[in-house]
Amino acid sequence: MSMEINKRNFVFEWADNVLILGQRLGEWCGHGPVLEQDIALINTSLDLIGEARNLYQYLSMHEGGSEDDFALVRYENEYRNLLLVEQANGHWGVTIMRQLMFDIYHYYFLDWMSHYSRDEELKSIAAKSLKETKYHLKFSSEWTKRLGDGTQESHQKMQEAVDQLYPYFNECFQMSEADQWAFDHGVGPDLYELEPLATQLLKETLIEATLKWETPQYPKLGGKHGKHSEQMGYILAEMQYMQRAYPNMQW
Amino acid sequence: MQTLDQELHFQSRIDNEEKIEPRDWMPEAYRHTLVRQISQHAHSEVVGMLPEGNWITRAPSLKRKLALLAKVQDEAGHGLYLYAACETLGVERADLIDQLLSGKAKYSSIFNYPTLTWADMGAIGWLVDGAAIMNQVPLCRCSYGPYARAMVRVCKEESFHQRQGYEILLTLCRGTAVQKEMAQDALNRWWWPSLMMFGPNDSDSEHSEQSMKWKIKRISNDDLRQKFVDITVPQAEYLGLTVPDKDLKYNEETGHYEFGKINWDEFWQVVKGHGPCNRERMEARIKAHEDGAWVREAAMAYSEKQKSKNQKVA
Amino acid sequence: MKDWPLYEIFIRSKNGLSHKHVGSLHAADAEMAIENARDVYTRRMEGVSIWVVDSREITASNPAEQDALFDPAESKIYRHPTFYDVPEEVRHM
Repeated sequence: MSMEINKRNFVFEWADNVLILGQRLGEWCGHGPVLEQDIALINTSLDLIGEARNLYQYLSMHEGGSEDDFALVRYENEYRNLLLVEQANGHWGVTIMRQLMFDIYHYYFLDWMSHYSRDEELKSIAAKSLKETKYHLKFSSEWTKRLGDGTQESHQKMQEAVDQLYPYFNECFQMSEADQWAFDHGVGPDLYELEPLATQLLKETLIEATLKWETPQYPKLGGKHGKHSEQMGYILAEMQYMQRAYPNMQW
Repeated sequence: MQTLDQELHFQSRIDNEEKIEPRDWMPEAYRHTLVRQISQHAHSEVVGMLPEGNWITRAPSLKRKLALLAKVQDEAGHGLYLYAACETLGVERADLIDQLLSGKAKYSSIFNYPTLTWADMGAIGWLVDGAAIMNQVPLCRCSYGPYARAMVRVCKEESFHQRQGYEILLTLCRGTAVQKEMAQDALNRWWWPSLMMFGPNDSDSEHSEQSMKWKIKRISNDDLRQKFVDITVPQAEYLGLTVPDKDLKYNEETGHYEFGKINWDEFWQVVKGHGPCNRERMEARIKAHEDGAWVREAAMAYSEKQKSKNQKVA
Repeated sequence: MKDWPLYEIFIRSKNGLSHKHVGSLHAADAEMAIENARDVYTRRMEGVSIWVVDSREITASNPAEQDALFDPAESKIYRHPTFYDVPEEVRHM
């Protein structure tokens, strides 16, 4: 029995976002600016990959196959995550800014899912992750303010991070075919409706952090349709290494 | 004269199993020994994040990835508890880190070996954490209160580490021939360095005697090593793996395993900086520290700005 | 620049118990100290409430005065319930 393709893609969008971002954060492990922040960032990574697992397990329950088959052995163009989450860690400020943008979108998305989704299983996954995401958002907002309004150097670095990443923010709210299907069936939110709320919160946080933004003329899109940036292949090369080099084994 | 009295009184407190707390009088040498040992221990936890961190992005399943992340996170936590214990002796973490990064301070040599395959995650958990736990359990009763308390916390959290390592290897050993070979190769590479983790033979150990008297150290290097071998060899047998020591044999009379000679030349070579990864480990730590400088400064500057803002409002 | 200031961390493990000192950590300010404490000291669901105190704000008694401060209490056995005889029949007191 196979799931409606759009529903499947809707779950992939969600699951791949948190998997790829969790993977990116995992790269920081042991290289953070201070021990306390190493620990904090790993917590977020654990939460996100945990959320991804719940979603891949949901797929595997309904479709067969294992969570790892879904997470680790698809082709690149089958991953449906946002371009935002696959962007390189860069310096700590870039990581924080990427996190802030994703956390804001993720927060509103989960908030809707946990209240209104007609799919009870997805609804309960969202409810669990919403609590975690509130904390992630607090963490990334606090750090954005600290760095934006810290020293001259940190301000400049954060401003660069905003300029670099803002063009990716828009994709969060583009309705793909899968998102449209989910909305039509009461499973997922109308992303256009979330956009003003999310953008407002982002702007308020940036203002508090003394940072500026320019609304990008050319938003960067593609991830939701499997068209990724060049970085994605390298993420998968690492993430899928064991599954590709030693196929069909238990670990 | 007064110092002599104080020292006698101090030793009698130790002999009575009293705990020494930060602001108590203590001989300078006691303080010095503790700072050296605790900071070395903290550095080991932090550097120890690197060889395992190396496999987080490549873990073969999501379940393993989460477990490994959690484990490496614990190591960061342990480093933090230990630095904090050390700071009660009047040194600052920044200074301790400078000592590490300048190469003045040492850390456990085991982390200068490379992690080449996924099976190394199993071997590190099973052998390296196993050896560490054996070293650490007696430290929970160490005479210095903050160190002992930190170790209680560490040991409580460590317990899952060794199990997750052993489980990784057990899965490999029950898997395909390729996987079993991977496990055997990991054991071959990690066995001897793990035995070296207990430090030089008692006869060659320069700090041991005084540390035993102060109850900073409770069991000798050789005794701990023997205990480790006795416990670990049957675990290897259960996995169906061969311990890479042709001299290893069980002595019915003593009830202990006899094992071959440790290559102490290799040990000292790695301690002195010529192990396979000494350079990479230090470079990674230095880079993290330097790249993080602007972040640490900014957070401090922000906090000061907020304080002065609040004062103005008040 | 040196370290961020050191904070002492106190955690209430569940309602009904008092906050207990669990250790310390570095943070730029109290807000961050709470965040860090949450990540460092409650990874295994150890707490429901966190206090953080700047270590420099703690005034400690002098261990050299331990005798003067604490030994007198040894003779104040009337503070301890077992000092008083209560008849067997009067239970649960």
